[in-house]
Formats: sequence, C-alpha cells, structure tokens
Amino acid sequence: MKPNPAMSSASCSLQPRPFWPSWLAGIALGLVLLLTFVWTGHGLGATGASTRLTAALAHGVAPAATEANGYLGPLVKQGKPLASWISWQVLGVAIGALAAAWQAGRLRVQLDGEHSVGRGRRLLSALGGGVLAGFGARVAAGCTSGLGLSGAATLGVAAFVFLALFFAVGIVASRLLRGV
Amino acid sequence: MMTLPLNDAGMWSGLVCGLLFGFVLERAGFGSPCKLTAQFRFTDWSVLKVMFTAIVVAAGGLALLRALGWLPADALFVPSAYLGAAAIGGALVGAGFAVGGYCPGTSVVGLMSGRLDALVFLLGLLLGTGLFAWGWSSGLEAWTLAGELDSGDTLQEAFGIPDLWAVGAMALALVGVYWLGGRMERRGRGPVSAAEAVQGAHPD
Repeated sequence: MKPNPAMSSASCSLQPRPFWPSWLAGIALGLVLLLTFVWTGHGLGATGASTRLTAALAHGVAPAATEANGYLGPLVKQGKPLASWISWQVLGVAIGALAAAWQAGRLRVQLDGEHSVGRGRRLLSALGGGVLAGFGARVAAGCTSGLGLSGAATLGVAAFVFLALFFAVGIVASRLLRGV
Repeated sequence: MMTLPLNDAGMWSGLVCGLLFGFVLERAGFGSPCKLTAQFRFTDWSVLKVMFTAIVVAAGGLALLRALGWLPADALFVPSAYLGAAAIGGALVGAGFAVGGYCPGTSVVGLMSGRLDALVFLLGLLLGTGLFAWGWSSGLEAWTLAGELDSGDTLQEAFGIPDLWAVGAMALALVGVYWLGGRMERRGRGPVSAAEAVQGAHPD
C-alpha cells in the first residue's frame, strides 16, 4: 500500500475516521453478497469455518472420540479446515477487516466493555455469548451471515424465521442482562 | 447464453469475497460490540439498516438476473426450510449477540480491530460448537430437523409469492426502517460514532 498523508495524520491525531453511513455500507454489502452468489453459487458465511476448526482442534486433542462423533467425524474426513472454501473466506474477512480498521485509524488493542461492565464480567459475557452463538448456529445450520443475510437474499423462508427470532430474543436478552 | 453462477469453489474467490465482506463490515462499524448491541436498545439502527439494505440489493439483483433468464431458478444454494431449527438457532444466536456483543462473523472483525473480548467470544464459539457436537447423537440431531416446511424452501415455492413482489415488499419495509430508525436515533442518544467505538464501551 502506498503511503498517504491523510492516513499518517489520522494515526497521529488519534482521531479515527467516521464510519460509512448505513445506506452506503448496506449497498456495498449487498453488492459484495451479489458478487459472491454469482461467482460461487452460494452466499457469505462464518460458522462453517469455526465448525471445521473445532473439528480439527478436537481431532488433535482426542482423535478417536472425534472420528467417532456423529457431527465432527464426517468433517474430519473432509480434510484440513483450509481444504474448504468457507475457511478461505473467513481468512479474507480477517484481512479485509484489518486493512479497513488500520487505514481508518480504528485499530486499538483493548478489552471492549471493561469500562462499562468490568473486566471479569466482560470476559464472562464474551465467552458465554460465544457459546450460545456457536451452539445456536449449529442447530440452525447457519449464523447471522450464512443463514440470516445470505438466506434472505435467496428469499429462503428459514432465513426470515431466523432473523425474526434473532431480533426478538436479542431485544429481550439485552434488557435482562448487560454484557458490554 | 450466459451460464451463471460460475460455481467457483477455489481459494481465490473465498479470499476476495471474504476480504470485501470484512472491509465493508468494518467500515459499517460492525467491529464494535457497543455499536452492534445498541441496535437492541434502539439507540443505533445501523445493524438493521445495513443488513436490510444489503438483503434488498442482493435479493433484487438475483431476482433481476433470474427475470432476465441469466440465472436458472434453482441454481443457488437456499437454506432448507427447517423452521423449528431456524427459530431455535435464531433465538440462541440473538441471545449470544446481545450478551457477547458479536455474532460469529463480526467477532472476526472485532478481533482484527484489536478487541481481545472478540477473541474470547471466538473461543466461546468453538466451545459452543463442541458442546453441540457432544450432544449430537443424544437428541440434538432431531433439533436440526425440527419444523420442516414441506411445500418448499423459498417464499415462491412455499407460499407462491413471486420474487419481485417479495423484493418490492422488503423495499417498502426498508423505507419504514429508515424512517422509524432515524426518528428513534434523533430522539435518543444517536448512533455510536467511530471515536466512541474506538474508545470502547462506557457506562451511559
């Protein structure tokens, strides 16, 4: 990447650049999703990669039990996580997000939420939230991106059911418990 | 005659589509758990606005390609209509998002913008997946097949709603989301700015 004066001033003044307006980010996201469908025949996702990573890690720790497991066993047989498209896609997400955050002066190492709810509580809420989301995404065979966003673009009925429950329960849960 | 989709399953299409996806998510502010969860408190409507806009743009584009005859009707992957499974999963991912501050995809964006809590969320994601796999043969497999809709997977197949009607109805609802969201953002504290997001969540 070539040096650019605006970028260095942004990182010196600690003043991050503003986010894109929602309409612009939404149109851009829609076009990326459309490109993905036309190029690959399916949409964007996330938990396909974390599920394969879970299978690979579990196989490293307990090979026999993982191979015998009805859910992870078939995934282990498909080979290493990087043999699948979704793993490359999530690697791309990481690279794209890093480039975007760095370029806009929004890269900052922190435990986000420790000032609002405290360090211990934030670690617990992040871990618990991850467990709920990881488990839930396997029940539905998809997450907010893979089932909600991509499924709705194909006008799949399951996607609309997922999104309705996602928002309804999210609204109730955030009233009961503050995690960030 | 064009033959779409290209059905490329290689490394490069994954990296390129993912890179663009991650870039846009960060630009929208979706690496910040404070901004993401503010949607559920109705003070920042970015999540609903961005997701809904993207759905309308992508669904509209795909419907147009089908109407032009460039994309066969059954050429794309559509999630199977296990509506019970989708409801349970949606509820759990929604609860996880509200409590943990991320969904699986945005936790990667959070981590890459320097957030260590996103790393903890990702660790939880792996644990949750392991927990699910552990219970797979003792009943969880049935959860993933719950509430199957027999008539079909898409709105067109299941309820006979033509694609362009569905997209039109969603576009109208989108106008409503911008109107209502804008109104509630102006009345409340308003959207979380980039400067606030980088500083991290603080008590209101």
